[in-house]
Amino acid sequence: MMDAAVAPGAAVDWRRVFRIGLLGGVVALYVSLVGMVEVFNPRALVTGVITLGQTSMVLVGVGAAYLIIRGQSFDRTRAAAAGAVAGAVVGVFPAALVVVSELVNLRAMFLRASPGTSDVLTFGLGVVGAWVPIVALAAVGGATGLLMTARADIRRPASAALMALLLTGLFAGLLRPPLLASSVTAALGRFLFASDGLTVAGAIFTLIAVVAGRVAVRRVSLRSRVAALPPERRRAVRPVGLIALILLVLWLPHGIGPFFAQVVAVVALYVLMGLGLNITLGLAGLLDLGFVAFFAVGAYTVGLLTSTAEYGIALWPFWAAVPFAVLLAMAFGAFFGLPILGIRGDYLAIATLGFGEIIRILAGSDLLKGLLGGPRGIINIPKPIEVSPDHILAGPVQIYYIALVAAVAVAFVAIRLRASRLGRAWIAIREDEDVAEALGINLVQTKLLAYMLGAAFAGLGGAVFAGLLGSMFASSITLFVSINVAALIIVGGMGSIPGVVVGAIFLIGVPELFREFSDYRFLFYGIALIAMMRFRPEGLLPSGIVQRELHVPEPDADSDGLGDDGDGTARLSPGTAG
Amino acid sequence: MRTSAVDRITEFAIAAFLWSFRIAVVLVVVVGSYLTLSSGKYSWETWSSLIVSGLSTGSIYALIALGYTMVYGILRMINFAHGEIFMGGAFAGYFVATLFASAGFLDQGPLPALFAVAVMILVAAAFSTGLALLVERIAYRPLRNAPRLVPLISAIGASFFLQYTFRGFFGSGIYVYPDVSVLGQQVPIEFLRLRWVDVLVVVSAVAMMTGLYLFVMRTRMGTAIRAVSEDKSTAELMGIDVNRAIVTTFAVGAAMAGAAGVLYALLFRQVFFFSGFIPGIKAFTAAVLGGIGNVPGAMLGGLFLGQVESVGPTLFLDGLNVPSPNQLKDVIAFTLLVLVLVFRPSGILGERVTGQRA
Repeated sequence: MMDAAVAPGAAVDWRRVFRIGLLGGVVALYVSLVGMVEVFNPRALVTGVITLGQTSMVLVGVGAAYLIIRGQSFDRTRAAAAGAVAGAVVGVFPAALVVVSELVNLRAMFLRASPGTSDVLTFGLGVVGAWVPIVALAAVGGATGLLMTARADIRRPASAALMALLLTGLFAGLLRPPLLASSVTAALGRFLFASDGLTVAGAIFTLIAVVAGRVAVRRVSLRSRVAALPPERRRAVRPVGLIALILLVLWLPHGIGPFFAQVVAVVALYVLMGLGLNITLGLAGLLDLGFVAFFAVGAYTVGLLTSTAEYGIALWPFWAAVPFAVLLAMAFGAFFGLPILGIRGDYLAIATLGFGEIIRILAGSDLLKGLLGGPRGIINIPKPIEVSPDHILAGPVQIYYIALVAAVAVAFVAIRLRASRLGRAWIAIREDEDVAEALGINLVQTKLLAYMLGAAFAGLGGAVFAGLLGSMFASSITLFVSINVAALIIVGGMGSIPGVVVGAIFLIGVPELFREFSDYRFLFYGIALIAMMRFRPEGLLPSGIVQRELHVPEPDADSDGLGDDGDGTARLSPGTAG
Repeated sequence: MRTSAVDRITEFAIAAFLWSFRIAVVLVVVVGSYLTLSSGKYSWETWSSLIVSGLSTGSIYALIALGYTMVYGILRMINFAHGEIFMGGAFAGYFVATLFASAGFLDQGPLPALFAVAVMILVAAAFSTGLALLVERIAYRPLRNAPRLVPLISAIGASFFLQYTFRGFFGSGIYVYPDVSVLGQQVPIEFLRLRWVDVLVVVSAVAMMTGLYLFVMRTRMGTAIRAVSEDKSTAELMGIDVNRAIVTTFAVGAAMAGAAGVLYALLFRQVFFFSGFIPGIKAFTAAVLGGIGNVPGAMLGGLFLGQVESVGPTLFLDGLNVPSPNQLKDVIAFTLLVLVLVFRPSGILGERVTGQRA
């Protein structure tokens, strides 16, 4: 369609090019000033060639050019010209930043308008290289234009190769240690990766390998191949895939070193809590921003009951304390839930936020210092399974498995509940409270059950967390725990179990893996939440029910797919987007 | 539907629980106050300074609450990012203040200082307005007809986006406001611990609130805003530019919040990227307390919350021998929020929100 040989090129709307270029320029300026350029810089995409900081600029240029050319039938020269002009317009902004930060002391205001940022933007040339971002981004934009108008058999392998380059460069820090660990692959590891990114040889190798692979194997997706199988064979494929997935999940913490094991343990913990909140938020539609309150109850209960240090009161084993922690968290859920569940959905969010804050302040206060240790916290919480340090279940690995088992149990409960009478009552309440009440559903009791179950699983999450860290401090209770859990459900897809897993991997795992990104974690959360609500309110992997609803044509085409519920209860009906 | 015995028992248990909750709160308040007052530990001086500080914080809460209440009135959405708009104003004021400080305006007697503060407030209000319009355009406007939870989540996203944008721009450190020497001095009144900064805060807050009240009640635009709050589609049929009314509401609320940001920072002398969050939630409490959608209600709610928060810890908790009761200031504010939401969700003066159910 975009092939120059087939389509007569359309004229370029230069005003649009400039508008998108200016927008891209503002984004580039923002990315520089917010510090991403400088903070990402110590990591290289390709060592000695391009750093991650510079990559962020390149991506802005590519994005601007892509937005301009997408869906337009430009011929090759016009696409390249439009891309190059847009890139140059984008580049003017960082160039201006370099010049201005040399002339005026911008650092008095913006910490990141530093010589360091200028050096990244100009490849180390400083202010005399202010032209560099303009030329570089113009080249990037032009190249994007050329690539997008290239023949399909060039475009596809080339973009796949670039994508692969980006990903291997990003994940270099993860891929290198396991390769170096084994003597067989160590040479390969050293060939591909330097200590801070891909080597030049590795980058070229990646590009060639992907292009060769794409050219050699005609692209037939696994899914379509499975679909082409006869039905009885297709049924046989499913368990094989499932078993492979299970084996992968079980192997995960062992393969990639202790740091990675810690990360996957945290991800598994958040999957567990996400599945818990998924009942409250995804099924019953109650936005609970005080999830951390029950997390704290669970963690402190385990801490108090098991700790061998100052504030321990019972010296119970971990496993005896866990059921108690879950029950206590559930009781707290009832205690908090009873008064507030009658109020409307958006007030509920704020009220639960208030609860989270109340618990946080109380835990750190002098009032409960004698009981909970205040800021000094509870230490010496025993590990769930005491093993020697070189045992297969040592350290975070056992927490990973415990969280995994607990998450599977919670998922099972959630799946069974969703199909039950209670689950259908929750969904009815989520969709329309008044109608649900008219149909004879007792609102407060039904909501209370959802809230208490969510609280119970939060308590379980807290208990596992206490076991993971071996200590519990008031400072571990933050609003961010609640926000993390709520955000991962919203991004993943409300009411959907795979959605929770995907959300946890993206929102918890990725920022934990890249320390550079973790500074901007909540910035990305903010962008993700706004973008999800605007473009895909049902989440990345919506639940089956939501998906089925998506295939029903909506009669009113003028709405953006989001119904108006009027009475303010939480409801997220499927959007037509996506 | 038939109600079974179990249902009736649960219902009774819930009612009993709610009543014991009420009784417990009333007991804490009454017994605590009695014990504190009868112990005679605190002089009039202490109480008066607590009341004064409650008055100044309360009037700031009232200013922020106006933005919440007006936006809720017109769009039925909690503008979760409003606290960050407030913080943005405080930052804008900070940079203006450092300029004035380096020019020596701030310690040259009352008139130059007052001029500097006025400029700070204006710049902050303008900056906050711009910020709020941007947020409205990007995060709220496309979601106007969505169910209530959708714009709320988007607003939470906007709140985090703004916080961490400011953190990226200005770092995570605390910015200490330059000292305005006049404002720190005592007002020469006997028996009253009153600083000029308290006078400034209360007077300017009252002036702005009066201005807002007149704007909403007397001007054409104010009438349009009230009409849109009442019924969007009818207002549109009457020839009102609904979009303009909504945008104006955001702008006015944000200007108040920006001004409040500077006043708050003059009072507490500091600002950092997270400093808008807690005042934001408290101001929302104030808005609910007064009755959401109700402009005088927000003012009353703010002042009431300020007093409860300032006097409350000492009055209610000190008599009960709670150690360092001031740590629990926020607990009292949030408990008040929950109490209002549970027992009088329509607030002190009643809601001015039309719709199926309050």
